Amino acid sequence: MAVVTRVIPCLDVAEGRVVKGVNFQNLRDAGNPVELARRYYEQGADELTFLDVTATVDNRATTYEMVTATAEQVFIPLTVGGGVRSAEDVSRLLASGADKVGVNSAAIARPGLVDEIADRFGNQVLVLSLDIMRDPAQPSGFAVTTHGGRRNAGIDALAWAAEAVERGAGELLVNSIDADGTTEGFDIELLRDVRAIAQVPVIASGGAGRLEHFAPAVRAGADAVLAASVFHSGTFSIGQVKQALAQDGIEVRS
Amino acid sequence: MTHAPRVVVLDYGSGNVHSAAKALVRAGADVTLTADRKAAVEADGLLVPGVGAFDAVMGALSGSGGGDIIDARLAGQRPVLGICVGMQVLFSRGVERGVDAAGLGQWPGTVDQLSAPVLPHMGWNTVSAGEGSRLFFGLEDERFYFVHSNAARSWELDVIPPFPRPVLSWSEHGEPFLAAVENGPLSATQFHPEKSGEAGIRLLSNWLGSLRSN
Repeated sequence: MAVVTRVIPCLDVAEGRVVKGVNFQNLRDAGNPVELARRYYEQGADELTFLDVTATVDNRATTYEMVTATAEQVFIPLTVGGGVRSAEDVSRLLASGADKVGVNSAAIARPGLVDEIADRFGNQVLVLSLDIMRDPAQPSGFAVTTHGGRRNAGIDALAWAAEAVERGAGELLVNSIDADGTTEGFDIELLRDVRAIAQVPVIASGGAGRLEHFAPAVRAGADAVLAASVFHSGTFSIGQVKQALAQDGIEVRS
Repeated sequence: MTHAPRVVVLDYGSGNVHSAAKALVRAGADVTLTADRKAAVEADGLLVPGVGAFDAVMGALSGSGGGDIIDARLAGQRPVLGICVGMQVLFSRGVERGVDAAGLGQWPGTVDQLSAPVLPHMGWNTVSAGEGSRLFFGLEDERFYFVHSNAARSWELDVIPPFPRPVLSWSEHGEPFLAAVENGPLSATQFHPEKSGEAGIRLLSNWLGSLRSN
């Protein structure tokens, strides 16, 4: 009896539509988020994540509407991230139907935001999103980035992850900027290093391209695996990922 | 009773009440989201959600007269279902992040942090359903969605015949803890049935089914 590996499709959204390119700069429309969310729910997704990739510049009303419409139809946890800057933003997303909220750049700019959110809503709502790149200048060899991986924040990624957990992050979404879009597999070394310092659940993200990529991420210590384009493009289904994990001896929800 | 069971989701300012309401509608209930005492006492069933810190949930619940509403219902054998921290506050005491707070005391016992390498306990876990469980009827092999760091790790209430023995269902994360309790009209789940997919909807249907015979 144990909690099993979660498989999480991530829907990158902009202005109420799903987008996901081969990298963050090249966005390609891939459908209606509410319909896609329902399809993934029916396929057996264990959670859903919406990442509002243009939220920092856009009006967010469409995001709240999309979250509400989704929460009415899918009865699994829903995480929403992108452009979250204050406890008030979190409050609005939770009220719209989100169960967890992803926080990224704003927490790097002002770490106290993590404490504020955790104190008010509990650490279980707070997913700290980390866009991480390899950087020999950092003690751990990994730096945290902002602006969807375009800007190196010059901060050691593992030190920041440890600090954020201490402040109240309930989960870490570890996205490798180097691996993202390559479809060559997760950054296993990064996942192992994060696992070694984190006592909260870890979600592996970035680089999934083949079914055999998922099991090594779990063995490296990930509690959940997240992917976007491989699901949206139909390269494989949630069920196929679960089957591949199960064949590798990793327990999943059937 | 031929109409759909009328359920009030107690809206006292804690948690994602809309998800619970939507899931109950899907399970076949006629749902009202309110903190109104009369409506909450008179409904066929009362669902008490709860998200956040134990003492914060207790504060919000007390501020809206939630404890009295639950007492009034139980005195009349009217079903109540607590979810997540809505389950935890039914115990007499909660210790969270060093804050020691009194609970509603429907059941003796302390809710405190699980001993596990990774917390929160987040994700889908199995439940070992207690013998005669109505909530888990037909759902014995399903997984349910948990997200919590604290739990009741023991059951301390001694029930003497002729009163029916409470049905205790256990789960495990680092150590065993109570995943659900069915004690006469008062039931509770540590997991979130409203976030547990179709298995969760069926568990809520099972609870709605029990309202009809009360």
